[in-house]
Amino acid sequence: MGETISLNLNGEVREAKAGLTTTLLEVIRDQLGLTGAKKGCNQGVCGACTVSIDGKLARACLSLAVNSVGREITTNEGLTEDGEPSALQQSFIDNGAVQCGFCTSGMIVSSHALLQDIPNPSIDEVRDGLSGNVCRCSGYRKIIDAVRGVARG
Amino acid sequence: MVAEKTTNEMYQVGKSIPKVDAREKVLGRAQYIAELTRPNMLFGAMLQSPYAHARIIAYDTTAAEKVTGVKCVLTGDDFEDHKMGPFIKDEGAIAKGKVRYMGEPVACVAAEDEETARAAALLINVEYEELPTVLSPEAALEAGAAVLHEDLADYFKVFEAIAENNLMSYTEISEGDVDKAWDECDLIVENVYETQAQNHLSLEPCGALAEVEPDGLINLWSANQSVFRVQANVCECLGLPMSRVRSMTPKVGAGFGNKMEAHIQPLCVALALATKRPVKMILSREEDFETVRARHPFKIRCKTGVKKDGTFVAREVELLLDGGAFADDSPGVLGNATLMSVGPYHFPHAKAFGKVAYTNHLRFAAFRGFGNPQVTFAGEAQINDIADKLGIDPIDLRLKNVLAKGQQWFGGQKVDSNGIYECLEKVRVSSDWDNKRKNSGENGIGISVAGHISGLLATGAIVRMLEDGTFVLNTGATDIGQGSDTVLTQICAEALQIPIDRIRTATPDTDASPYNWGTTASRVTYTTGRAVVGAAEDAVRQIKDYAAIVLESLADDLELREGGMVGIKGANKEVSFFEIAAMTHWGVGGPIVGSHTLVFDQSTIDPKRAVAKGMPFTNIGVFTFAAMVSEVAINQVTGKASAEGAWYAVDVGQAINPGLVEGQIDGGYAQGLGYALFEEMIWDDGRLANPTLMDYKVPGTAEVPYDIDTTIVEHPEPDGPFGAKGVGEITLVTVPASICNAITHASGVRLRKMPFSPERVLNGIIENEIT
Repeated sequence: MGETISLNLNGEVREAKAGLTTTLLEVIRDQLGLTGAKKGCNQGVCGACTVSIDGKLARACLSLAVNSVGREITTNEGLTEDGEPSALQQSFIDNGAVQCGFCTSGMIVSSHALLQDIPNPSIDEVRDGLSGNVCRCSGYRKIIDAVRGVARG
Repeated sequence: MVAEKTTNEMYQVGKSIPKVDAREKVLGRAQYIAELTRPNMLFGAMLQSPYAHARIIAYDTTAAEKVTGVKCVLTGDDFEDHKMGPFIKDEGAIAKGKVRYMGEPVACVAAEDEETARAAALLINVEYEELPTVLSPEAALEAGAAVLHEDLADYFKVFEAIAENNLMSYTEISEGDVDKAWDECDLIVENVYETQAQNHLSLEPCGALAEVEPDGLINLWSANQSVFRVQANVCECLGLPMSRVRSMTPKVGAGFGNKMEAHIQPLCVALALATKRPVKMILSREEDFETVRARHPFKIRCKTGVKKDGTFVAREVELLLDGGAFADDSPGVLGNATLMSVGPYHFPHAKAFGKVAYTNHLRFAAFRGFGNPQVTFAGEAQINDIADKLGIDPIDLRLKNVLAKGQQWFGGQKVDSNGIYECLEKVRVSSDWDNKRKNSGENGIGISVAGHISGLLATGAIVRMLEDGTFVLNTGATDIGQGSDTVLTQICAEALQIPIDRIRTATPDTDASPYNWGTTASRVTYTTGRAVVGAAEDAVRQIKDYAAIVLESLADDLELREGGMVGIKGANKEVSFFEIAAMTHWGVGGPIVGSHTLVFDQSTIDPKRAVAKGMPFTNIGVFTFAAMVSEVAINQVTGKASAEGAWYAVDVGQAINPGLVEGQIDGGYAQGLGYALFEEMIWDDGRLANPTLMDYKVPGTAEVPYDIDTTIVEHPEPDGPFGAKGVGEITLVTVPASICNAITHASGVRLRKMPFSPERVLNGIIENEIT
């Protein structure tokens, strides 16, 4: 199981066990109970495990847990407001941007980062920003509307 | 059925309310199979076959069993010889005696953690004797080919299958006299088309969790499209009574046919039975690719004869499908493809026939469209070639020949709701067809139309009033993400005239839910919706009987009023559901439980009109219709075709939730776009060469254009719930053909083999330049 590590996760210090090959995704899902991030491909392609590490988007399935020590990690759960939907999350609901929901947490983390960089993104800027997140249910249109919808407020 | 109201008058139907499960999903709190755990749970893993076809000589499990943490190792020797299958019962829980495709599970392990289980599985030694392989349907059907299922003749079949050696099923439908009709034609076009294998690629890989209770009951949770098909498959292949298996579902990370029949559930149950501990198995992406199922590759010979003025006279279609190693839904896919082969057109003479063969590939099975995208690609591409030869606009040619009101579908079934003509007219306008068609810029546009079925088999609903006058709706229909919980809630709320939040939708559970064949065949809104209306009407009858006592009136003189009230027609006097619920629970009669079940029963084949052989179903469904225009741009240097826009018009009878209908159109388009342009499972000899997302590309935001225009056409289905029929599959069916036709418009290149890769487009451009 490896050593005890201490992670700064969604603004809280959380302890977990991690070996040299344990991924951040395994730790946050299996030990820390944050299951919004999903294992869709486990090779960094689908984007369902997207989290933010020190403000940069990262694939939790490719990030080693031990390398995440001392960094600020934010998951979709960390973007909620006291457990209630944030404006961005609410915009996903209101725009019908959720179907099966498996990609949703990763999409929201990527969208949040995009809006930090570009507060009022164009359609193509959202498409660029979400190009690393696969959704198999939709045609992305409603997801793009959700991101732009919250930007327009 | 309650179908007389129009959208304007309706209270809950026709509104784009958010999905009832959207909130838990955006918060990251929705629970899928990978999130579920049970106390003392073990993890399962499997060993896969390294050969496409081989006899199993012996197993050596010693090394695996010695690994610390391993609790159980099972091989084919530990399983009795029971078989499952929706059409032909030809498949065991695990390979036994021989393996029939590379990747097939041959042994499995349960251990304290996943890593240990996976490592131990690789320590199992299996001795094989290789057998000759058959890797195409042509090879499979050759005389003397290696036979996959020596006992095929003895297998139980649920229909009169025409099956022998590697021929899994043969189906034929004919009307009129095609052979004579060719003489009446002024133009006959005949071509061969080929389509590739597509992976469903639900973002959630398949998984299951099984637990045996002390009294022997097996609790089974899994990612599925039908808790009832899971229960049936597990019990058939493990020889268990269905009363011993309770099949349930958490949230499902999408299903497109891949989760309809069994995947890993039988092995998971076997491990739980052997260890007496809960066992969870979650497939890796590679295992999911290699062992679940995929869309059938087709070879299609299509021949169409027409008059000079464009009147369709005759069509003949011959199909050859790769079925893979087990029948699964293949006979059904062949049957549906045969039935869809002439499209939504009137042909006085038509014949479609085809074979599906066993091969040493992974099983091919149900996938959104169920054989229709393949035949629609062939038929719609050919109709465009005919339009070009006759100098007729492709939309005009279609308008001239689509099924008119009152005309029957191929095979003879009547078509009550038919909006195909209107769909064509709508997309002509919305896409600016006439202008774009004239312009010969770099972009091209293409049209395609299709009909598809919505229906099939049995379903039920229970509408139960709670003590405070709110309700639980229980249908057993799995919401796979498309939003059926929301749609069925809206249907129920409309029938009861109450707000959405007064209805709770129960999750599917074979112990508690009425039977539902599954979330497949675009059927839940239509068939389960009918059951919900029936159950709600049953509840309303009971409510009125009680209200009549309170109001001292006759039940026939009562009416439902919005918000959960029953009143006397023409009078103010009324009583609330709250009061009735209290009365029935604590006073008179008993709690209100409304229920309704049905089996779809319209005949697909009219024997007075058509001759059919080897049809795997007798009552398939009502018909939905769509027309779409695609726009593509061609890179003249690389040959790459990219999608630039799509205009849809889809006849859904009545949109219960227009926003969710749009979601189905968007999703069908994106999945169809990937299928048309680049998705392809490739086998290198018997080995699947690209079983990862790194090597198998699916459409992302860069490939799917934002401009998807959706027009919802509503020609109410007379017996549908408030006029509704399905929409899930039709949205994909039209995509490859419309993109193919757009490529031809843009480049002059006619492709007859999918996907329309840059190489194929470029080769076409070069050939055209040479000739």
